[in-house]
Amino acid sequence: MRESVAASPLRRIPGVAVMLALLVGIFGSIAPGFLSPANISNVLLQSTILTMLALPMTLIIMTEGIDLSMGAVVTLTSLMVAIVSLATGSMLLGLAAAIGVGIAFGVLNGWLVARSGIPPFVATLGTLGMAQGLCLIVSDGQSVVGIPRAVREIYSATLARLPVPVVVALIAYAVFHVLLYHTRFGTYIFALGGNRDALRYAGRSPAKWLIGVYTLGGLMAGIAGLFMTARMNAGHPTAGLGLEFDAIAAVAVGGTSFERGDGWLFGTLLGVIAVGVLRNGLNLLALPSSLQVGSVGFLVIVALFLDGLRSRS
Amino acid sequence: MTDMTKPVVAPPGSLVSGDLMQLLYRLSAAFLICIMLSLLNDSFLSLGNILNVLRQASLLFFIASGLTLVVLTAGLDLSVGANVALSACLAGTVIQHTGSPLLGILTGLLSGGIVGLLNGVMVTALRIPSFIATYGMLWVLNGLTYWYMGGETIHGFPPAFRQIGSGYLFGLPIPVYLLLIFLAIGTAFAQRTIWGQEIYAVGANPVAARLSGIPVSRRLLLVYCVSGTMAGLASIIFLARLNSAEADIGESLTLPAIAAVLIGGTSLFGGVGTVFGTFIGALILTLVLNGMNLLSVNTNWQPFITGVIVIVAVWLDMATRRHEL
Repeated sequence: MRESVAASPLRRIPGVAVMLALLVGIFGSIAPGFLSPANISNVLLQSTILTMLALPMTLIIMTEGIDLSMGAVVTLTSLMVAIVSLATGSMLLGLAAAIGVGIAFGVLNGWLVARSGIPPFVATLGTLGMAQGLCLIVSDGQSVVGIPRAVREIYSATLARLPVPVVVALIAYAVFHVLLYHTRFGTYIFALGGNRDALRYAGRSPAKWLIGVYTLGGLMAGIAGLFMTARMNAGHPTAGLGLEFDAIAAVAVGGTSFERGDGWLFGTLLGVIAVGVLRNGLNLLALPSSLQVGSVGFLVIVALFLDGLRSRS
Repeated sequence: MTDMTKPVVAPPGSLVSGDLMQLLYRLSAAFLICIMLSLLNDSFLSLGNILNVLRQASLLFFIASGLTLVVLTAGLDLSVGANVALSACLAGTVIQHTGSPLLGILTGLLSGGIVGLLNGVMVTALRIPSFIATYGMLWVLNGLTYWYMGGETIHGFPPAFRQIGSGYLFGLPIPVYLLLIFLAIGTAFAQRTIWGQEIYAVGANPVAARLSGIPVSRRLLLVYCVSGTMAGLASIIFLARLNSAEADIGESLTLPAIAAVLIGGTSLFGGVGTVFGTFIGALILTLVLNGMNLLSVNTNWQPFITGVIVIVAVWLDMATRRHEL
């Protein structure tokens, strides 16, 4: 399909960095208060949940896969946090339940993709329906309110003068960076996307590692669920609807290819910020949230178009 | 996955081929579900319920039939539900402002078709993978529809227009007649015309199709346009049936439409499947959901069950056809 395996990261920096600079430049000049320190830290804080999801999404897309169920699974884990912490009074039990449910869906996704050979977008579309149904079933379509203070405060608490969600997102980034670039698991992820047969010839089971990648996505969805519930101070059955699309958008904007199995983790981080800046800027311009969603869709199409141009040149 | 090493399937020149067994399996599955439901619930076999099932299946079929052509080319259109919502809201507005159902119908078909055209351009000219292009389109349309409606509901349409969705002719709901018409047109188009056969060829092996002189891009553009226009048609019938339009009416439509196509035996890998199979698929899914309703299963279970059905349908299809991966 292509001649050169790795277009150097340097060639990709312009794409997402230019897009980000352009967005910041535009909103800085036309959106009132966009460049104020308070608003910038607000953008970064709001980008944390998306970061936790976009990191595993990068790895999944690098294996030529996709996880459409992520938004629905986060909604479900967020509900689990709310329901379990409300029932037991313990935030940790809530988090454990969320991570358990997240991992269960991750394993199911991975198993369906790796073992049954169902194309990833249809397998995860099916699990999206399942997760969405479970959200309605466990919550009976109602918001879960009155959650313990400990859960609420995790979003606003600080650690070394940084908000806890930012710290967690940074740690997650560091872990994923080490995982992708400095472990065998990371090498296998590159192989899963670029050259699956090589992995097979090397005597490694592609299926096992593929399941691992999707499970990682489920785990992160569990952790993100805690912060989602904390941010909203409630569990809501449609809270994370479409969040997987923002994650896919961040990955696409960040320069990870959907067809060539090469990815760039730092690009995803910039992509997350670009999506956050776009939404925040449009928000400041008092554009209705519905159009913000539409503009993210537009951003993805532009990014994919550029990616297509690059892969042909 | 991107290698074109799939077995080339003999063009299904008629229904009486290897596909016949596949269809028989599905028909007997539908029949079994009917027997089970009639044993479990007395009201299942009532005329009212049967007509209800047929009408619901026909609504699902309109969306799923266009989608079938897309899936036949090994593509996917995830934007159909959002397309229905936008088209319904635009058509509803036009009918209310002009009082002319005809203009409204044209608006719905046109807006559906334009969305389909844009999808086709993204897939062919921009070469974006279809599922991601149409997924982006889903959110763009969703945003536009919610913005356009601003939380409002449009309701109250002329009685003549509402007949399209809720009227009866010789004791049968009008959507059922439309279903039969479009089933015939779709089957004839896919099985009996050169364009239809070329669509199968594009799905079975795009490289071979291109080398044998088929204008692949133009056929792909065609299937996305048809899928969009059928979503536009479905929006009209929804509008006439519900007598109201809201921004969120399309949200629960995409997954069932995809499920109907897959249950009907159309392969995600392209080149295999029939429009008639999709009709059976729509019927089976409607029967299952209707049965759950009759047995008073909480409707919250519907997305869960539909999700499971999608996965099982693909898995069964792959197991019975032994796709080489």
